Parts: sequence; structure tokens; C-alpha cells
Amino acid sequence: MNSPEYLFSIRNLSFSYRSTRVLENINIELHRGKFYGLIGGNGSGKSTLLELLMATLQPDSGTLYYKGQALHLYSRQELASSLALVPQHFSMDFEYSVSDVVLMGRHPHIPRFSSPASHDFEAVDIAMATMDISHLKNRPVIALSGGELQRVVMARALAQETEVLILDEATSNLDIQHTISIMKVIRQRVLDKGLTVIAAIHDLNLAAAFCDNCLVLKEKNIYANAPVKDIFTPELLREVFSVDAQIEHSTKSGHPKIQFTYQ
Amino acid sequence: MTKRPILAITSGHCPCHSVSHPNQLYKMTTAKPLFIIFLLSIILCAAIIAATGMGFLKITPLEVIEILWLKLLGQQSSSINPTFPFVVMEVRLPRILTSALVGGGLAVAGAVFQAILLNPLADPYTLGISSGAAFGASLAIILSIFGIMIPPWLSIPVFAFIGAMATLIGVFSLASTDNRLSSNTLILSGVIIAAILSAGIGFIKYLADEQVSIIIFWLMGSFVGRTWMDVSTTALVVIPGLVFTLYFARDLNIMALGERTANTLGVDSSRVKKTLLVCASLITAICVSVSGIIGFVGLIIPHLLRMILGPDNRILLPACFLGGATLLLGADTITRAWLPSEIPIGVLTSLIGGPFFCYIFRKKQLALTS
Repeated sequence: MNSPEYLFSIRNLSFSYRSTRVLENINIELHRGKFYGLIGGNGSGKSTLLELLMATLQPDSGTLYYKGQALHLYSRQELASSLALVPQHFSMDFEYSVSDVVLMGRHPHIPRFSSPASHDFEAVDIAMATMDISHLKNRPVIALSGGELQRVVMARALAQETEVLILDEATSNLDIQHTISIMKVIRQRVLDKGLTVIAAIHDLNLAAAFCDNCLVLKEKNIYANAPVKDIFTPELLREVFSVDAQIEHSTKSGHPKIQFTYQ
Repeated sequence: MTKRPILAITSGHCPCHSVSHPNQLYKMTTAKPLFIIFLLSIILCAAIIAATGMGFLKITPLEVIEILWLKLLGQQSSSINPTFPFVVMEVRLPRILTSALVGGGLAVAGAVFQAILLNPLADPYTLGISSGAAFGASLAIILSIFGIMIPPWLSIPVFAFIGAMATLIGVFSLASTDNRLSSNTLILSGVIIAAILSAGIGFIKYLADEQVSIIIFWLMGSFVGRTWMDVSTTALVVIPGLVFTLYFARDLNIMALGERTANTLGVDSSRVKKTLLVCASLITAICVSVSGIIGFVGLIIPHLLRMILGPDNRILLPACFLGGATLLLGADTITRAWLPSEIPIGVLTSLIGGPFFCYIFRKKQLALTS
């Protein structure tokens, strides 16, 4: 049941903030090497589920297994070398340079009281080049624009060189050009390096275009967990998001496109 | 290697700049920061020796060194004025070392508070610790005015220390929900408790009536008449405190990313936050109880050094200790040896520190926008 063939397997998971139940009796399995989209309305518990996956929150009941072993049995250090988070909001009040911040992604790989080795700097350089921020490396992060900052945070997560990348609305502050280019880079990592991505996404078309599978959260539970072509149907969108939409299935890519009805 | 200059030009920096990574986080082994720490240590030692010679009796630095050296060997000197060793060892040195330790302690505590509360404008007194200490000291003074016989030299620092720690506990219990301590809630709780304590101090001042000046004078801070006892109690808290915070310096750097992200990088931020808050508060409490309230050292020194050395706490924290020690010892020497009559040290640091802080703050704002 908790075989290591699944990357994550979640059993009877429930979670409450004080007396408010947010997630109720959730059961899912996630495979490695896939791009998962996590969708659902505001306050449906997407961020909470991501925090539970990262073990920064502990469930009230139920167990999360990562590679067949209960998540709470891993040390913080082990988890930090396996799971990386890109949060939605990021701000910094101190004048660290861009390369300093990206280098912070190497923290779990550098023992206390030692200096980073050459491969650490290499990982940083590659991550900065991937996110197209190499030219900013000596700039203080507090002087960057929102879009540049978000790419720095993304580069920091890539430099962490984990097998799982968790994105919490990571592109929602970016313009369309940077959103698409970042999603493409991540998609490419999934294909080339077998990275697993679990991304909470508000923009349903973005989810439909880049994800393999989508998890839909509704009323404290997983409403659906299926490949994108099965997820995006007019019925589901009406049921979960209370909107009317038409779905166009592109024959070439297999990814659906959603046309919302505005009037 | 012919490519280097071309790369440097296209990236828009001068070649030296883009090759040498000026303030790169993990490059603690580069010469510059270590050199600055070394330089600051030399300056501090020189300042201690120079300050020991200053005052009503002028003693040359060489004589000071000779007195210290002979004291270390346990010998008597024949050539030096026989009152000098007494002045150096029993009058000046305890006061100078106390002021250095307090200055260093306040600067380190300030840097830690700024890093933990993610607020570069936090200082050791942000959480109301100074008000707690002031309340405790005022209480001790009013008790002695009312004739309750505890010797004031003992009761004032002890009451101040208890007041500071009680305030910390109060602020913590007011701020904590679940297991997390949010920075904003902590600062707000500190402000609330400080406001209540200020009212309490006001009431005690009212009760003190004509003898209110004793309380006011204590609140303004002073190093007059400090003894080796003060030096050792301060050192016993400040030095281990510095070592302890240095152990967590890299975690503090990571925590600048925010608590949630720091957790995903393997830092137990909530634990680091609590232990370091207690540690920095202990340092602050001992400093306040020994010397009264001395403003701006804990704010300016970390700020100034961060501008020069960058925000890496592994370099910043020891530099703050050395810089803070030199600054406060210097300020205390000015009031002791130069001014015609002694100004309370807390007043002096605020009078000089306040406008100076305005200046660097403004300069930094302008540099950021240009």
C-alpha cells in the first residue's frame, strides 16, 4: 500500500487550523517524473496541502508517505535535499546579492561551518543562467522588480537540486512572457531530468497547457485526480468553480484550452 | 582568459567587481572580511589602552602597557608613579571594560533582533526589554527611598534584570499562538507591554516625589564606579552569548528568506528564533542592568557595519561586537575625560547617534533610488 513506487502516497489525511477543518480524509498517490497541477477555488486548502507535503505542517490525523517512508520520519535536512518550495510571496529586507540568495538554495548540501565547494557555485551559475538572471548576480535583491525577484526565488529552488519542486502560485505575480518561459523551463526539467512538480495554479489555462495531471480540491477533499484532458470539462468547471466554459481540445499537443463565458 | 574583460564589460560592471563577488555570502574565507575583523580587534585593543591613560591623571599608553604587563607577572614597578597601578586597575579598567562589553553586547543583540524580526530597524529594546529593566530599577530605587533596606548597588541591577526577563516572558506569552511567533505580533506585543510599563514607571516617579532625580539619572545610563564584579557578570553573559549566536549565524542568514522558505531549506526557524530571542534578550538584560538604558548603539553599529561588510551574519556578528565595544568605550571616555562635567552616557549616545543615524538612513535611501 505504501510501496516506494509512489513518490507520495497520502492516507486518510485530515488537517484543521484550530477548530476549522481545512482538509478531510484525503487519499492520493503521486508518481515521480510528472507535472501535477493543484487547482481549486480560494481557500480550498491548496497551500495547506502543499505545506503538509513539505512537512512544514503536521497533519491532525492520517499519514503522508514519501518514497514509502512516513514523512515525519525524515530529518529536516533530508527533506531539504529532496523537496524545494517556491512561495508566492517573497520579500527581503537585507541587501543580499542575487547570487547570495541563489546560493542559499545550497544550504542543505553544505555542512555547518564549511564553505561551499566549486560544485555548489556551479549549481548556482547554472540555475541563474536557466532563469536568465546571470546579469543580475551582483545586484542587491531589494533593488529588483517583482518579476526579477520571482526568477531569483525560482533559481534558488533550482540550485537546491531536489527531485521534487513545489510551486505555490509561483508565477501569479509575473507577466505573461516570464510566466510562459518559466513554465517551459520547468516542463523541460520534468522531461529531461525526471523532476516531479506539484504546482498550485490559479490560471486554469496555464495548468491545462503545462501539467500532466491535475488534482482538484473542493470542499476539503480531492474532487478529482486525473490527466488534464479528463479534468477540464464544462461539467467539472461548473461544479468546482461555478463558471461556464467551453473546452477546445487541441489535437496536436493533447492539452485542452478553456474558453470562459464572461456574459 | 581573453574572454574575461569582454564578459565583464557586457555585464555592465567594472572587471574587478564582477570577478571578485564583493560581498558573497559564503565566501567567508576571502581576505577582506577577516581582515576587517582583525582590524577592528586591533582598534578595540588600542582604544582600551588609550582610554585607560586618559583622565585627570594622564598616563601614557606605554606606561599602561607596562602596568598591565607587570600586574600579569605579579611584580611591582620602581619607575612608575605608585598611584598609577591603582588608578588603572581599580578605577579605570573596570569601567572601560564594562562599557566595552555593554557596547559589544548591545550591538550583537541589535544585530540578532534585526535578523530574527526581519526588520533592519529593530534594536535590543524593540521588545520592551529596556522598559522592563527600567521598571525593575525604578522599583528597587523607590523601595530604598521608602526605607526598605536592600543595598541599592545590589538591588538595582538584580531588579532590572528580573524586570527585563519578566517582560520577555510577558511579550512571548502575549505573542505566541500555536507554535509560531510572528515578527509583527512580537513587535506589537513589545510595544503594548512597554506602554504599560512606562505608565508604571511614571507612577513610581510620582511616588518618588523629590527624590525622582535618582530614578531619572539611572534611566539615562552611566558607567560611573563600575567594579570588576560588573565586568565579570557582564562578560559571563555577553561572551558566551556571542559564541552561541555565532553558532546559528548561517541559519540566521537563511531565515532572511522568510520562515516558511527557511524551513524548507532545513532550518528549524521556530526553534532558532526562540533560542536566539532568549539569548539576545539575556544579553540586553545584563547590559541594561549594569549600565542603565543606552540608546542607539544596538541600532547604529549593526546598520553601519552591514553597509560596509554586507548582511552575512557570520561576519557581521563578531564585527558588531568589536565595533559596538569600541564605540561605547569611546563615548564613555569622552564624557569621563574630555567634557568639563559628565553627561549621562545614554544621553550622549542618543544625541550623537540619533542625527548620525538620520544621516546614514537618508544617504542609503538616496543611494537606493538613484
